[in-house]
Amino acid sequence: MLRVDEQQAPVTFTPELVKQFDDIVSRYPAGKQKSALLPILHLVQAEYGWLSSNAMDKVADYLKIQDIEVYEVATFYSMYFMRPQGKYVLEVCRTGPCEIVGAGKIMDYIEQKLGVKEGEVTADGLFSWRGVECLAACGFGPVLQIGPEYTFYENLTNHSVDQLIADLKVKGNN
Amino acid sequence: MARKLLLEHINVPGINTFDVYRSKGGYASVEKALKTMSPDDIVEEVKKSGLRGRGGAGFPTGMKWSFLAKPEGVARYLVCNADESEPGTFKDRYLMTYIPHLLIEGMIVASFALGAKTSYIYVRGEMMPQIRILEKAIAEAKAKGFLGKNILGTGYDLELYVQPGGGAYICGEETALLESLEGKRGNPRIKPPFPAIAGLYGCPTVVNNVESIAAVVPIINDGADEYAKIGIGRSTGTKLISAGGNVKNPGVYEIDLGLPVEEFLYSDEFCGGIANGKRLKAVVAGGSSVPILPANLFLKTINNEPRLMSYESLADGGFVSGTMMGSGGFIAYDEDQCIVRNTWNFTRFYHHESCGQCSPCREGTGWMEKVLHRLEHGHGKLSDMDLLVDVSKKIEGNTICPLGDAAAWPVASAIRHFRDEFEWHVTNGAEAITRNFGLAHYADPLPKKEETVA
Repeated sequence: MLRVDEQQAPVTFTPELVKQFDDIVSRYPAGKQKSALLPILHLVQAEYGWLSSNAMDKVADYLKIQDIEVYEVATFYSMYFMRPQGKYVLEVCRTGPCEIVGAGKIMDYIEQKLGVKEGEVTADGLFSWRGVECLAACGFGPVLQIGPEYTFYENLTNHSVDQLIADLKVKGNN
Repeated sequence: MARKLLLEHINVPGINTFDVYRSKGGYASVEKALKTMSPDDIVEEVKKSGLRGRGGAGFPTGMKWSFLAKPEGVARYLVCNADESEPGTFKDRYLMTYIPHLLIEGMIVASFALGAKTSYIYVRGEMMPQIRILEKAIAEAKAKGFLGKNILGTGYDLELYVQPGGGAYICGEETALLESLEGKRGNPRIKPPFPAIAGLYGCPTVVNNVESIAAVVPIINDGADEYAKIGIGRSTGTKLISAGGNVKNPGVYEIDLGLPVEEFLYSDEFCGGIANGKRLKAVVAGGSSVPILPANLFLKTINNEPRLMSYESLADGGFVSGTMMGSGGFIAYDEDQCIVRNTWNFTRFYHHESCGQCSPCREGTGWMEKVLHRLEHGHGKLSDMDLLVDVSKKIEGNTICPLGDAAAWPVASAIRHFRDEFEWHVTNGAEAITRNFGLAHYADPLPKKEETVA
């Protein structure tokens, strides 16, 4: 079930965002605009930080498809968030090759450093973290990524995690 | 050192820009193909080269192309599979990051060969930086007249687009990828019909891996015969191997197929041996889905012959004592690694990534994960190993797509080769939490092949 208990603000897409949607839809043959669904959901998530059901309904309206067609896709793919996250979501790879070079310890360290459990948001609203499956950077583990541009941080150590979190705190909400 | 076909210019500064790439002979294959060859000539050339799909299955690329249906008045599509998500594999990310124009060049030639007017590169969503790189490279190529209308004045039109995925391993399976590209959940389709008949939007479609498409460039430039001279037997050409795990020098290496595995693992030109002076315990040679092998069986086949990095040699011995080339995701495990823990980790991955369409995979991967979890955490039973093998056998071959097989093989092979380590986890449950089983006999030389006198 979709979680609808979160506070949901009404959603209106800006003309700039809609122009980007139009540009994506133009890549596909006429009548196949549904192909634009995944890229558009990425744009919406980059704008709002997560996919509220209000936002998904608006996407359905825009693409002229049923709401359920958006929900079923958004819940299938692991990159889409169904509830609000921290501004910076630290996604640490936890699969085999990263695990054998210490991904587990890095996740423990991040949990202790941020003081929140996997999936929870820090009190200042800046951070959340989670373990994710293979990010195809197996030679440079442990790795983590931060959306919406999915910048990569490789060969992580406790020290580099400290540095990263300090830098992001300085950046704050800007 | 052998000549590199794909990564020859990888270290040239600015090779990710059109101008530098062009100055190193880039886009020559587009000129040659579009101006001097017919689409059928190109398909024939790729067939002759013996190129096999680099995504994992190893199906001959030229043959796949020749199956493409060509009904009158129906669009055809080429879709590049850049959803690289097999644990252990990171070669496509590397290629797209540092030499994106090689992929664009290959896409133009391959699209022309297949008669596609619109082609898509489906990149996994987490690779947003690579998506930006490819979009920039496409814009550059278009500005120089290599994409768009009437390419190089030949009358051939091609539009090339990059499509992001949403973070699902299953979308590396070609029919799931097509579903995803149509804006749906990544549930694999029942075959037949194969994509060559009814693929994207129900039209004839070819789906190829990034590296397969890139390999078309040297094949067209130098000719199929030159390409086929490299390699051994039915494993022709070069292959990108992603080396990770406990090797000294992790990274992406382009090797001539047929290179002895010992040389690949220990020579300084490649992996440089095992890091921190440790000893090799086990190897996963082709990404997490292929059977894991203990060090002794990996370095030599059961017949005591040196194993080679080729499709045939890695598969020597079948699943009893061999493995597979897969996607070239090479993971080495040193003596400190726990095979039970690793198997549990991989199974958790498959459970997470199962699309849920077929019961054997949806339920079976979850059961295997639970059983492996209790084994790793000291609550296992001696009957668990047989239970795991039983579950894996019931998944294997009983699902729509190969994810079920991919989940079953690592479990079955780990128990086949490392059964005593699993049993030790049961009999020494408390100890297994604090220390690992270690190297044991897994690196011991195999007994000499027994000669029978006729």
